[in-house]
Amino acid sequence: MSTIASTGGPATRPDLPVTASQFLGRRRYGEIAIRLFLRIAAAITVITTVGILIALAIPSIGFFAEVPVFEFLFGTRWAPRFADASFGVVPLVTATAWTTVLALLVAVPLGLGAAIFLAEYARPRARKVLKPILEILAGVPTVVYGYFALQFVQTTVFREWLQLPTGAFSVLAAGVVMGVMIVPTIASISEDAMSAVPQSMRQGSAALGANRMQTTLRVVFPAALSGIVAAIVLGISRAVGETMIVAIAAGNQARIVTNPLEQGQTMTGFIANAALGDSRVGSLEYDTLFAVGLLLFLITLLINFISIRFVRRFREIY
Amino acid sequence: MSTIGSTIAGTIRPERPLASGRNGERRPLSLIFLMLLWLSLLIAFGVLVTLVITIIIDGQGQFSWRLFTEFPASDPDRAGARPAILGSAWVIGTTAVMTIPLGVAAAVHLEEFADKKNWFNRMIELNVQNLAAVPSIVYGLLALAFLTMLGVRDKNIVIAGALALSLLILPVIIISTREALRAVPQEIRQGSLALGATQWQTTWRQTLPSAVPGIATGSILALSRALGEAAPLLVLGALVFVSFDPNGLLSGYTTLPIQIFNWTGRPQEGFHQLAAATSVVLLGLLVIMNGLAITIRNRYQKRW
Repeated sequence: MSTIASTGGPATRPDLPVTASQFLGRRRYGEIAIRLFLRIAAAITVITTVGILIALAIPSIGFFAEVPVFEFLFGTRWAPRFADASFGVVPLVTATAWTTVLALLVAVPLGLGAAIFLAEYARPRARKVLKPILEILAGVPTVVYGYFALQFVQTTVFREWLQLPTGAFSVLAAGVVMGVMIVPTIASISEDAMSAVPQSMRQGSAALGANRMQTTLRVVFPAALSGIVAAIVLGISRAVGETMIVAIAAGNQARIVTNPLEQGQTMTGFIANAALGDSRVGSLEYDTLFAVGLLLFLITLLINFISIRFVRRFREIY
Repeated sequence: MSTIGSTIAGTIRPERPLASGRNGERRPLSLIFLMLLWLSLLIAFGVLVTLVITIIIDGQGQFSWRLFTEFPASDPDRAGARPAILGSAWVIGTTAVMTIPLGVAAAVHLEEFADKKNWFNRMIELNVQNLAAVPSIVYGLLALAFLTMLGVRDKNIVIAGALALSLLILPVIIISTREALRAVPQEIRQGSLALGATQWQTTWRQTLPSAVPGIATGSILALSRALGEAAPLLVLGALVFVSFDPNGLLSGYTTLPIQIFNWTGRPQEGFHQLAAATSVVLLGLLVIMNGLAITIRNRYQKRW
């Protein structure tokens, strides 16, 4: 490409990958075609995002032509199938908020505890065994978690053992089990962030007479905070978007949830449930799916970008 | 983190936690703290064990070869998950064929060819990170809208489900392939280029073969995620009574997770037991896949 390259090869820049364009001889059309193919493959990810936006936006436009945006966002009655249909999304949002908060109440302490133990206390051999076991929790299919939440946590523990005043479903059971599912997400990102804190900082702290707990809480934890925040934010995103656990165990009555022992339908739960019924393409019911999907996508998009920003910050520091 | 560690190994070993003085953990507060840390791991593992025991006990009564050979039925004692197992195999197989070449190609572009300063490539990177965290059900909606646009009436077909799952795991495959490529030392590329190979020849004959174990591990893990996924397929209408073996890309299907969801939602106890037994089958499949991934990683991955 450049004249220097053709005479002497690339200057020694050890960090940068050597690119063959610097050695370019004759044109190779086969390689140009291959490069084009690779580029297209990478571009498909962008097409996917654009596709998601278009796929959600077009039916949503049809939806918002009939239901005002204000009524959708702030209406407190969700009854899309009733004769006097009403499209206030607040009940779905409150149910999602309940399951998400309950999941975080479980996942944040457990995930951070596990991360601190793995990063600061466990010997390498113990970590090598414990970490994969923890990761299994993330690999269990969500339907299986849903079954567990409904049949064991809700029916056996809450109703039979604890005799809690609750019905067949509850947002509590769904939220708690979802929290366990999210533990590895929070643990592994937080652990990465804590492991990235330079050893010299720990040594400095120890040299000043701090014990391991003090070092962990006052030196390592603050230094890794942006990574930990990113982990929690990503956990929120997973909790908001989780479908099968809530579809099975949280119930499917859309009403404003005021108590965790009540049942409630989340945004994802509604989409999953409404898709079961045969909604005609182009009908308001069909469009409703996408309007809720759009809201869900925008919420998680916002959360994801916050998380990515925090991750970048901790990568930049160390 | 481990790369930094290995370069300065010998002087200090950062992988090893810093030991504090003997008295460090004797203070009551420190002891309580350490116990809380243990407890959080213990609770997480306890839930995992409880879950596995629960589904094994619940499913006990329904374990038999019938589960693999029979079709779903209205009588739980005669029902099986044969079409669901075959359906999962079809959908995951199609997903693998569609998504692995594409994901690897995209990762090769980003890692080996792309100019990292270019705004378009930076946008792709950010985009892949974001796509990896998009809720799975949204991919179902995407596939639903796409098929509606094409005018497909019956959306419960193998190729549609595979499309949704492919898009779902594409970012996962891209991210893990990039990590595998990054682990191949620069010297190998430089050596190849120094011998006169073009950049593509270097990638195809040196870099990619060295990265195959890592790519295989990442792809299997991504596929095992797709195997357990139900939400996008639910949106596409996979929750149907299937009493035939799926036999092609346009065939109707149901999958194991969908079948579990279906049986869990029935009122009869017998179906719950079936759901638990099928969950055990699904977990068993996932354990096999993960075991395979770990074996490949341990046996074939090169350490430079």
